[in-house]
Amino acid sequence: MTETLTLPKPRAFRPATTEPVLVKWALIALVLAILTVLLFAPLIAVFEEALRRGAAFALASLSEPDAQSAIRLTLLVAAMTVPLNAAFGIAAAWAVTKFDWRGKAWVITLIDLPFSVSPVVAGLLFVLMFGSNSALGVWLVANGYPIVFAVPGIVLATLFITFPFVARELIPIMLEQGRSEEEAALTLGASGWRTFLTVTLPNIRWALLYGVLLCNARAMGEFGAVAVVSGKIRGQTTTMPLMIEMFYNEYLSVAAFTMAAVLALLAFVTLALKSALEWRYADQLAATHRH
Amino acid sequence: MNIDIEDISKDFGKTVALHPVSLAIPSGTLVALLGPSGSGKTTLLRILGGLECPNAGRVLFDGQDATHLTVQDRRAGFVFQSYALFRHMTVFDNIAYGLRARPRKTRPQAAEIARRVTKLLELIKLPDIGARYPSQLSGGQRQRVALARALAIEPRMLLLDEPFGALDAKVRKELRQGLRDIHDTTGLTSVFVTHDQEEAMALADLVVVMSMGRIEQVGKPDDIRARPKTDFVREFLSA
Ligand SMILES: Nc1ncnc2c1ncn2[C@@H]1O[C@H](COP(=O)(O)OP(=O)(O)O)[C@@H](O)[C@H]1O
Ligand SMILES: [Mg+2]
Repeated sequence: MTETLTLPKPRAFRPATTEPVLVKWALIALVLAILTVLLFAPLIAVFEEALRRGAAFALASLSEPDAQSAIRLTLLVAAMTVPLNAAFGIAAAWAVTKFDWRGKAWVITLIDLPFSVSPVVAGLLFVLMFGSNSALGVWLVANGYPIVFAVPGIVLATLFITFPFVARELIPIMLEQGRSEEEAALTLGASGWRTFLTVTLPNIRWALLYGVLLCNARAMGEFGAVAVVSGKIRGQTTTMPLMIEMFYNEYLSVAAFTMAAVLALLAFVTLALKSALEWRYADQLAATHRH
Repeated sequence: MNIDIEDISKDFGKTVALHPVSLAIPSGTLVALLGPSGSGKTTLLRILGGLECPNAGRVLFDGQDATHLTVQDRRAGFVFQSYALFRHMTVFDNIAYGLRARPRKTRPQAAEIARRVTKLLELIKLPDIGARYPSQLSGGQRQRVALARALAIEPRMLLLDEPFGALDAKVRKELRQGLRDIHDTTGLTSVFVTHDQEEAMALADLVVVMSMGRIEQVGKPDDIRARPKTDFVREFLSA
């Protein structure tokens, strides 16, 4: 028996950095499948449920006074918390990345606290601090400034929950960029404020925008903390997510899903806004090479 | 401008960056701060520029106490180690930055700013790159733009931190001569930091050898080479 020596067949040339076509398509298909199951299908279901009895019926559910009040309240809360948290986030990131001071590491950990604490617990903290169990809460109510079961409490709870978004986007990029550009501006005679406006802010604007969008999405969508502090008073302290739950529990499924669809649409608008800005400023993005 | 450093000391918590050091720099001199990494060169330069505050001691500019002068009021042209160009601005806007940052009363008109920027671009022999962004420049070009930006404010002195550190040997030699030429045309008192003794000796009028936060020797390149004062200087030069 003679054994024939078989050489391995020469394989088709392929550059080291490209995967075989099969792997590529398998991966793309997998990602699309996951997106479909987790993202597209539920979204379509929401819109389908909302429109089950026609667009007119869906829109009518939105024009109810309670629904209107919920939409207005959610927009108001977002309009108040997002600018405040953008400012707080910039201040925190600035303090943490541009200066050296004791306890800095501690503060960085603290910034993440709202992410690690359950929103319900956060809500309870505000009820304990400002509710009728505390002297401060009693005094505030007596003087006409109720916080718990009122709009200020909702704003406070939302501020707390959404605080990390901007700061967390900014800290890594500000650390990476260091302080030397700011120092250069100072040596060139710019004031601290001018340095911030003309050097720091342009350098962080994309991260800032991204953080603001995330912050906004969460501010409009927050449920747990707001549910606890708001007292869910219909037409007064009920935000869109709370309203959705109420409608749903009352078997008003069209109203619930229509409100959910509006919330989803608001999210789309922010995403579209981000993409439009990225497209518009693509050249600047490339020049500063950041996302 | 004469610069006098009197018993300046600086520590960062437990690390002592500068033991009291004193140094007199005559007007118009090109000075090299030479020493190994960690010897306190950058710290001393930053104290001169007002970016760092000394723990004790005084800095005098032309005999006037400048220790507590703000960074902005020092009017020191500072070239940073990695140049620190404003990445989101064109070369033109980088160089114009200091002029535009002036208070309205002393701020030149836009046309005058453009004229000065153009002149500076010619001085650094890069007349055509005004519209580019820093990321589109080579290392050597960046260094020259950083120099032009520092010169635009009509500084009283020039401070450069390892201006050739990030460049390859050939570009380094070219730019050395460039710095010497600019120093000679402007007549500015200039201090540059380097850890390269050959560079310090070739370029500077006065070499300040530093080690571990102390000044070991100050002298003309030839004197230091001929008569090293301490063991450290002798060893550092022979390395
Ligand atoms: N911001 C700072 N914080 C803590 N230590 C520093 C800081 N800047 C410099 N040092 C320390 O001071 C000493 C001198 O540093 P530096 O002046 O940068 O030296 P060189 O420029 O000669 O390399 C080093 O030990 C360095 O670690
Ligand atoms: Mg240094």
